[in-house]
Amino acid sequence: MLRLERVTVDNGGFFLRADLEVEAGRKVAVIGPSGAGKTTLIEAIAGFLPVVDGRILWDGADITGTDPGHRPVAMLFQDANLFPHLSVAQNVGLGLRPDLKLDHRQQEQVARAIARVGLAGMEARKPAALSGGQQSRAALARVLVQGRPLLLLDEPFAALGPALKGEMLDLVAGLVDETGATLLMVSHDPGDARRIADQVVLVENGQAHPPQATGELLDNPPPALRAYLG
Amino acid sequence: MVAALVLGSLVAVLLRAEAGRGPGPADWAAVRFTLVQAVLSALVSVVLAIPLARALARRRFAGRRMLVALLGAPFILPVIVAVLGLLQVFGRSGWISQALGWAGLPPVQIYGLHGVVLAHVFFNLPLATRLILQGWQEIPGERFRLAAQLGAGPRAMWQLLERPMLAQVVPGALAVVFAICLSSFAVAVTLGGGPRATTIELAIYQAFRFDFDLGRAAMLSGIQICLTGAAAVFALRTARGEGFGGGLDRAVRRWDGAGRGTKVLDGLVIALASSFLMLPLLAVVLSGLAGLADLPPAVWRAALTSVLVAGGSTGILLAMALPMAVTVALGQGRMVEVVGLLGLAASPLVIGTGLFIIINPVADPSGLALPITALVNAVMALPFALRILVPRASAVVARYGRLGLSLNMGGAPFMWRVLIPRMRPQIGFAAGLGAALSMGDLGVVALFADPERATLPLQVFRLMGAYRMEQAAGAALLLLALSMAAFWLLDRGGKWHAEA
Repeated sequence: MLRLERVTVDNGGFFLRADLEVEAGRKVAVIGPSGAGKTTLIEAIAGFLPVVDGRILWDGADITGTDPGHRPVAMLFQDANLFPHLSVAQNVGLGLRPDLKLDHRQQEQVARAIARVGLAGMEARKPAALSGGQQSRAALARVLVQGRPLLLLDEPFAALGPALKGEMLDLVAGLVDETGATLLMVSHDPGDARRIADQVVLVENGQAHPPQATGELLDNPPPALRAYLG
Repeated sequence: MVAALVLGSLVAVLLRAEAGRGPGPADWAAVRFTLVQAVLSALVSVVLAIPLARALARRRFAGRRMLVALLGAPFILPVIVAVLGLLQVFGRSGWISQALGWAGLPPVQIYGLHGVVLAHVFFNLPLATRLILQGWQEIPGERFRLAAQLGAGPRAMWQLLERPMLAQVVPGALAVVFAICLSSFAVAVTLGGGPRATTIELAIYQAFRFDFDLGRAAMLSGIQICLTGAAAVFALRTARGEGFGGGLDRAVRRWDGAGRGTKVLDGLVIALASSFLMLPLLAVVLSGLAGLADLPPAVWRAALTSVLVAGGSTGILLAMALPMAVTVALGQGRMVEVVGLLGLAASPLVIGTGLFIIINPVADPSGLALPITALVNAVMALPFALRILVPRASAVVARYGRLGLSLNMGGAPFMWRVLIPRMRPQIGFAAGLGAALSMGDLGVVALFADPERATLPLQVFRLMGAYRMEQAAGAALLLLALSMAAFWLLDRGGKWHAEA
């Protein structure tokens, strides 16, 4: 379970407050107007922004001061999720060992993850030789081998077309169902939330609200959300 | 370590200098000459660069790209090669003197102040042109469109766009050229000399080699440090851009300057400038080809020495520059950047003098001539290498740093797996510059080397001193080829198979 205890995040003078819990295995969409602090929330959980007040807990353990690489977190950014000079297999392998000294068993694990996301046969390709959707799949294969219990997505599919984005979201939903991971994904499209999320965290005016059931919230939005949804 | 090297030499110099005496009349003459030639070189280079930059900015012609690229070449051109070429064009028995002779006129004189200034202009006219051209090309294209729409003639153009731009750019260009010419040694030792044409660097060398007067050498070094330090700080403050960056080969669409007068003027300027820059090189190639056949074995030995020194120097350069660039990119080292710039403030001969004073009691300095040369060359190239590496390192860290962190790629894996592969083109470029600069350097090595040992530039210098011009030209051609090849190979090597 992810718990943010009266947390205040400092993003260069912009402050975001959050006091909420996300149950393990949930799929949660983080939505709200742009500039409200969605990315700030995700980056604080990932450990890229300083928490100036309160605590972040995972399964009861305090991770507020833990390095990003040592948190139970896998994250995909808006772009630059793959290193362009490394092959697909190497990019995925980084999720197991950052120095890429993989043993035989780990190499097999990488190959399985690549096959699982539908990229079998493309292990040796460089990202430039992949389409946008294939690049997203490769990044997801790395998330899979990382095996971290919390997956954070900061709109990594924003540059894809609607059909392809839907396909990726379904893949993500399938992956987290298989692994039992908890998902937090930033989105500004309520359609994304309806598609795969059980719950929604609404972020507005520097405040992240506790999660609510997706259908209930979107069918019956509070004034701030209604203004945003239009 | 760099700081220790540079500052250590400076301290050694200063301690030694205090034991000496105040500057004598000859020393003041050297200071005066240094300043006069640097001012003149800066003025002439920049004044000539303005029309050339303007012509290049508003004309498009076949070969323009190549000409602009060529303007970057003097940076890695060995000074001694250029001097030899200038001698063959402007010297007593050079092409121009011969032509004058046919017309019954006396030959031109190249030695002395005007020769030194001529060589400096040869080297710095291209640099100044690139700096000013950069200013021209930073005027947004929309402004030119607006001016064209308003029907602005050359005069209005000047007032609206060009004069304000030049007012910003020219002081920086002047300061840079001035600072570079202050620590001129190779040009002064070949074309200057004598009591009336001696720079401080040359005076240090003479005090050292001929009189073995360490106190005087140290005192002159002290003066030199103050001058170059002040000039370097001033130049860094006033200059923007680095002058060998990319993006200069784009010609902005212009609607002015369509009159026949300006066309002829621009054409003439470009033709004159390119022949001024190309003829000396052509002369070296032509006369060098003749001399290449019977080069004495000493030249080949010197060439091998030079390749080794350049290789060592490049290695040292990268070993210093890469960690420094990474530290700066990670935002941990304002001081590191300052240290990197120390190489700009100190001149090779000053560091050489300092090292000599430090080493002399412990070991035989001439035995260490080559390692010291490699080391000092690396320190001299360091500021340029940092200017190439730091922006790229920062960009890579900005783009991939968080991904690396989230994958728990600590220092070493990130460095070897991400940073260095992503920076390969820049590393190749910096290494190429470092190797070419070291290959062509005639500075410290002249101070330390004994008759048994020589790098190729020193060997060319010795051949010139012995009036074996044919062999000197052959050796110079070899040196030119080696420098260019070193640069080309390393630069290409960095770009080869590098994914964008």
